[in-house]
Amino acid sequence: MSHEFPADSVGLVQPQTLHFDQPLALACGRTLNCYDLVIETYGTLNADRSNAILICHALSGHHHVAGYHTADDKKPGWWDSAIGPGKPIDTNKFFVIGLNNLGGCHGSTGPGSTNPDTGKPYGPDFPIVTVQDWVNSQVRLADHFGIDQWAAIVGGSLGGMQALQWSIDFPERLRHCLVIASAPKLSAQNIAFNEVARQAISRDIEFHDGHYYGEDTVPRTGLMLARMLGHITYLSADGMREKFGRELRSGNLSFDFTPQFEVESYLRYQGERFSTEFDANTYLLMTKALDYYDPAAEYGDCLATAVAQTRCKFFVAAFTTDWRFAPERSREIVDALIDAGKKVSYAEIAADHGHDAFLIPIPRYMEVFRAYMTQVDADVPALTTGEGN
Amino acid sequence: MRADLEIIDEWVKPGSRVLDLGCGEGELLQHLMLNKAVTGYGLEINPGNITACLEKGVSVIEKNIDDGLATLRDNSFDTVIMTQALQVMERPDLIVDEMLRIGKECIVTFPNFGHWRARGYLAFRGKMPVSKFLPYTWYNTPNIHFCTFKDFERLCVQRNIYIQDRTVVDHSHRDHWWTRLWPNMLGEIAIYRITR
Repeated sequence: MSHEFPADSVGLVQPQTLHFDQPLALACGRTLNCYDLVIETYGTLNADRSNAILICHALSGHHHVAGYHTADDKKPGWWDSAIGPGKPIDTNKFFVIGLNNLGGCHGSTGPGSTNPDTGKPYGPDFPIVTVQDWVNSQVRLADHFGIDQWAAIVGGSLGGMQALQWSIDFPERLRHCLVIASAPKLSAQNIAFNEVARQAISRDIEFHDGHYYGEDTVPRTGLMLARMLGHITYLSADGMREKFGRELRSGNLSFDFTPQFEVESYLRYQGERFSTEFDANTYLLMTKALDYYDPAAEYGDCLATAVAQTRCKFFVAAFTTDWRFAPERSREIVDALIDAGKKVSYAEIAADHGHDAFLIPIPRYMEVFRAYMTQVDADVPALTTGEGN
Repeated sequence: MRADLEIIDEWVKPGSRVLDLGCGEGELLQHLMLNKAVTGYGLEINPGNITACLEKGVSVIEKNIDDGLATLRDNSFDTVIMTQALQVMERPDLIVDEMLRIGKECIVTFPNFGHWRARGYLAFRGKMPVSKFLPYTWYNTPNIHFCTFKDFERLCVQRNIYIQDRTVVDHSHRDHWWTRLWPNMLGEIAIYRITR
């Protein structure tokens, strides 16, 4: 314990694995008879279990949302900027749960897990899971903790889609829904990017049709390319210009194909790092969940109809230079909610970080986030006295 | 509470659905939510005001009203309100049209450029009026479309807009006998209730 964590950090945290035995029917028609979800929690659940907040992760996210696993960790959890004592999601007030979704590669049941029917890894046989499936599995998680109603469900990007789906499918079970840098469905352009990423992976010679676990190899090149492509779409043109410009690593052109521009080596580094940390089959599954997401489809393609039965209050936020999940897409959600007469607030934050902005503690973003969370706190019902004894 | 908000409060029906264009820090909506059980939204562009609304629990949408209100359905609100913002709009006439399309009834307040002080300033000093109430100079003012009560009422006649009510007050939103006597000369702010 020699290492000092920042005062507004949740500090050292430990993941835990929950096992679920109740079969989960999936949208694809298949059933998972049992599964594990790996989670982390921060803060304290109050006696009424009314101060819980669920954090839903995006494409490459997981349960390690805030804090540090070891005293030597260089980096905290992926949304540490927003979660901790005194931060917008204040762990002095709220009990926060982060999880790794089904199909993930950070401990929850996914393609790399052993299929109990075969005794081998699922690999490509792991069922295609949808946002709705994830929400259904998260309901079991809420039940496990005895949480009847979340104080809030919060997510960015693909995480925002899960939060929105919760509000539609389980309207009684959340008081607030925070949808950040998200969309009511992907555009053709977005699906196209995902398809290029999937092709990069599945055409890697090391992919072995998804059965690479037994081959003692992984499709590293494919994953790297997928991530490089994704990374470009998470940044803005202005942000890239500012960060890299046309800077050369050595100062001279070398007239060969080695990486010479800073942006090239940055992308290669990000891609290579990702390819050692992430599972290719999970990447395929997560992009498919994104592509399939379309809550309005079941409601005559009318989003206002889809959200008609929601009961919670909404906060929607978008970032000006985010072109992967552009502000216009967030405004579609806002317009549908207004049309349906739901309580919704919307902030459009000026930021040149592109889609990545939702993970960055931009002052105005943190300010509106914090301001909205004061209402989430105010809406936590006064504790019933004498509960439990 | 601001005096103009008290006057508006009298005109808003309990439980109605309200849209407040340029809602500022959300005082009016908060007051109407608490006292009239209204539901609704404020549209606002100023970041500080948006934060203040969020802290109050007022539903606020970040939006530049000049970009248009096309996504809001016809007659989807009982009352659409715009206080002291008409003169900063790029096209006040189009905004009033949009307000009347979206709302069954609209409430508009704006400063009267026909007030004697403004007239006197221009007549005797030969310069665009600057006052404590309207503190900007011509080149940096957000108030790009000043009008007088007469101008506004002429617009209403031309566009077949029916003026249900008009209250003319001074800059502290007080109602006096003299503002009623000669509103376009002696009134500083008008609060109109209009329909189509």
